[in-house]
Amino acid sequence: MKISARRVETATILDVSGNIDMSNSPEVRKALLREIREKGVTRVALNLTGVAYIDSSGVASLVEGLKASRESGSRFVLFGLSDSAREVLKISRLLKLFEVYDDETQAIAP
Amino acid sequence: MNPIAAKQPRDMNKSSKVTRAFLLKLELRSHPTLLCVIRGALQPLVEMLGFSAEHNREIIRAVDEAVANIMRHSYQGRLDQPIEVYCNRLQRRTNGEIEQGVEVLLFDCGPAVDTTKLEARPLDEVRPGGLGLHIIRGSMDTVQYKRAGRLNRLRLVKYARTSKGECGSAEEKPS
Repeated sequence: MKISARRVETATILDVSGNIDMSNSPEVRKALLREIREKGVTRVALNLTGVAYIDSSGVASLVEGLKASRESGSRFVLFGLSDSAREVLKISRLLKLFEVYDDETQAIAP
Repeated sequence: MNPIAAKQPRDMNKSSKVTRAFLLKLELRSHPTLLCVIRGALQPLVEMLGFSAEHNREIIRAVDEAVANIMRHSYQGRLDQPIEVYCNRLQRRTNGEIEQGVEVLLFDCGPAVDTTKLEARPLDEVRPGGLGLHIIRGSMDTVQYKRAGRLNRLRLVKYARTSKGECGSAEEKPS
């Protein structure tokens, strides 16, 4: 799994590729919290286009990112979800809690 | 830690846990980097058994979460402990129609599971963690835990064409 950050206007986009599971989900959590808490970015968009699979520990990292963004008054959005990622959020009844967009343009639109 | 270099695990074969031939048997250590290996091995198997793409994902997700739970809870993060996964085809006849299914058995040598703690947490509470069991139960038709001698055994079953709750209402047998 690889994760990298890039700046687009006022947002930070975190591009993730590979599968997110128990072996690497702490890296996702760390990257999210660094942008949201440490850097104070006002909008963080997680690009999951390159993620075919995400497990419950990955979902937990997303929930931590969501909670951190709510605490700091920033926005945390997701885009490019695979069927599998969408299903695991749905089965966890978390899909409606997240701002989910189809693509990057929508995710960073004002 | 390199799982290949891990010390040999305790012998799980001392217990005659499985007496019939299985389509697939995996032996692995409790190292999280091996989760992708399990998913990769299961993918072609469930495709071969004729499940839909959505059911494939559910089966793989359930097994992945179950193995991750063994690593996290039964072995408490130790990386070199033994886990065995067996997969087999099931068939059952319901209303004159044959349904294809898959049975997955998972064994570990951890301490006996406190079954009172096998309840999935309420999902109305938004917090990280505790979702694995809910995902397993939501993905499979049957989830059964049993202490088998010194081993923990988790049995997961899913049928290709069935509605939730019907499992067990018809005769099932390995095919």
